[in-house]
Amino acid sequence: MSNNHEIVVPTETHGHVHRDDVGARMGMWLFLFTELLLFGGMFLIYGVYRFQYSEEFHFAAMELNTGIGTLNTIVLLTSSLTVALSISALQKKNKFLSVVFLSLTIVFALAFMVNKFFEWSAKFSHGIYPGSEDLINKSNGEVVFFGLYYVMTGIHGLHIVIGVILLSFILVFLIRDKITPDNFVKLENAGLYWHLVDLIWIFLFPLFYLIQ
Amino acid sequence: MANGTIAEHAKSFYEEGTSKKTGLLGWFFSTDHKRIGIMYLAALSTFFIIGVILALFMRLELIAPGETLMDAQTYNTIFTLHGVIMIFLFIVPGIPAIFGNFFLPLMLGAKDVSFPRLNLLSFWIYIVGAILVVISLFVPGGPIDTGWTFYIPYSVRTGTNVSLAIFAAFVLGFSSILTGLNFITTVHRLKAPGMGFFKMPLFVWSTYATAWIQVLATPVIGITILLVIMERAFGIGIFDPSLGGDPILYQHLFWIYSHPAVYIMILPAMGIVSEIIPTFARRTIFGYNAIALSSLAIAFVGYLVWAHHMFTSGMSDTARIVFSFLTFIVALPSGVKVFNWVATMYKGSIDPQPPFLWVMAFIVLFSIGGLTGLVLGSLATDIHLHDTYFVVAHFHYVMFGGTGTIFFAGLYYWFPKMFGKLYHTKLANIGVALFFVAFNLLYFPKFIMGYQGMPRRYYDYLPEFADLQLVSTIGSWLMAIALIIVFGNLIRSLRTGRKATSNPWGGVTLEWHTTSPPPLENFETDIVVTHDPYDFSQLEDMKNE
Repeated sequence: MSNNHEIVVPTETHGHVHRDDVGARMGMWLFLFTELLLFGGMFLIYGVYRFQYSEEFHFAAMELNTGIGTLNTIVLLTSSLTVALSISALQKKNKFLSVVFLSLTIVFALAFMVNKFFEWSAKFSHGIYPGSEDLINKSNGEVVFFGLYYVMTGIHGLHIVIGVILLSFILVFLIRDKITPDNFVKLENAGLYWHLVDLIWIFLFPLFYLIQ
Repeated sequence: MANGTIAEHAKSFYEEGTSKKTGLLGWFFSTDHKRIGIMYLAALSTFFIIGVILALFMRLELIAPGETLMDAQTYNTIFTLHGVIMIFLFIVPGIPAIFGNFFLPLMLGAKDVSFPRLNLLSFWIYIVGAILVVISLFVPGGPIDTGWTFYIPYSVRTGTNVSLAIFAAFVLGFSSILTGLNFITTVHRLKAPGMGFFKMPLFVWSTYATAWIQVLATPVIGITILLVIMERAFGIGIFDPSLGGDPILYQHLFWIYSHPAVYIMILPAMGIVSEIIPTFARRTIFGYNAIALSSLAIAFVGYLVWAHHMFTSGMSDTARIVFSFLTFIVALPSGVKVFNWVATMYKGSIDPQPPFLWVMAFIVLFSIGGLTGLVLGSLATDIHLHDTYFVVAHFHYVMFGGTGTIFFAGLYYWFPKMFGKLYHTKLANIGVALFFVAFNLLYFPKFIMGYQGMPRRYYDYLPEFADLQLVSTIGSWLMAIALIIVFGNLIRSLRTGRKATSNPWGGVTLEWHTTSPPPLENFETDIVVTHDPYDFSQLEDMKNE
């Protein structure tokens, strides 16, 4: 970095190029805390109702498709690996490989959403969705279970969609050399976000699909 | 170094922006923390005045029993809007958004916050949230009428525009989170050379503690609000008792945020008090470390007391006793602060300028508010006083008498620095005095009415309350006059006020080391911190600067 910040014409920019990678990462971690607390609120609600309606939760959970859930877990864990590999590749100054791994991450993310789409539409065709006739006739605990199921996996899915948009921007930056082996904190932060989305799924998966 | 002639050459941040755009766009797209602070000041003051006008209508309706001005549904809407506007649009963003933005980088000796563009984004998000609130008033369905707490099940059943209004609160929360994480990073990364954590001014400490609450508590209200919206839209059953949900759970989640949120409101105010008292007592602050750490202690303990809002909602006795006990614990760090402030004044050379008088008003009003909080925090008395005017009085004494008073104190303290102008001192003194009298006339009768059993949020009341309601309404008129004087004095000074020097009060924290108003990058030279924040021995050297 040059030290010419006092020569730059002050009316053009802020007059100094401020770059602080540690600060940028710190900001990202703080943002991730807020995401954890957002989902934390929902995990708390899940805990309360699991305690209150343990039997109904047991029956309702049997209706979920463990196969699709497992597949999605594998897809998402692999995508977390590829985003990490993308960062490592860039650190070793291999831009091509970095682009490939980042693209793969986006592909896996889309695959996750496609799976999710089929899973949700299957539930809808069975008449299991909030406010449906079939669901209202079931017990209160099952209504709450599926309410939580749709809200929690839905908000998680929204995060995947946001992640796809974010990673696509990062991909463009990477291709256009806005992100370089010397300056890749944006890629790192996007990776951190993606790991968080993955991490939350790792908790959602057993809570909904495995504990029966 | 920077004597008068050089200071005249330097352009202030009013004359030089961060972008090429000029005029209003040059403000609206400015990433300069000072311009953003002033834009927040303009926006927040506007909403404050709207909130005040709504309150004046409420008080006018209550001047006599029965219908005087509006029907009951309108009254419900107005008190809800008064709450929503004052809480989410004024007092929660409040001091951090205005004075935090303007003075946090200045007091740290930094050129800006860590993420200037994010800072501008959070201002825009605030504006979007504000626009959503306004839209919710006019679309079919009618304005929200649930009270600012949005309690379920009524908020799910009512036909008014609850979803849009609370979505606005969600958006505003986003703004609050981004400001918070920006400030935390700024404090960690951009302290000037020589400034450690324990050389930071106390306003920075309290803003730092507040920022942590903003980051850690706000997401909980975010998700709670989203769940209410989804409950209304799809009937997911999480809070709706007819589908198996638990409305009490909503109250828990709401207060898990909203109790820490009252510390978001009051902590920065306490920080400003810790700035003003040393400056006008010409004496270093007593118990710097204790005040700094008590901010963190309040922030931490404040998380653990939320259920004291729910003593009558249905909880086990054990839980109620624990929450009551923890509530009393909060009084300790608050007391630490008050005693240290008073001790700072002891043997000081006190100069009772308007900012100092506002702080005196604060200490009286906030102490009344704090002590009546203990009455509500203890179980037996709370059963009697829950949901009465006593709560309303307590809340306004701590929030308006506490944070509101200090909002004015901060404005009168930093006005010369922000705008480079001085205001009329005598008029300012009259403003404080009238404010103090009007405040007590307006709110003290509510303690008595609440104790006698007058419930809050009621449209009508028994004839026995008529006299005190009348006194309170007269107080509201006096308050309106006081606020006109307080604001009018400042607005008039913007144009006709005398030019302020760089250090009109003799303060020693870093913001007084630069010109009034400061240049775009805050300081003419790079700052190196050599003194403790309240070391008044440097005052002589500063005169030679």
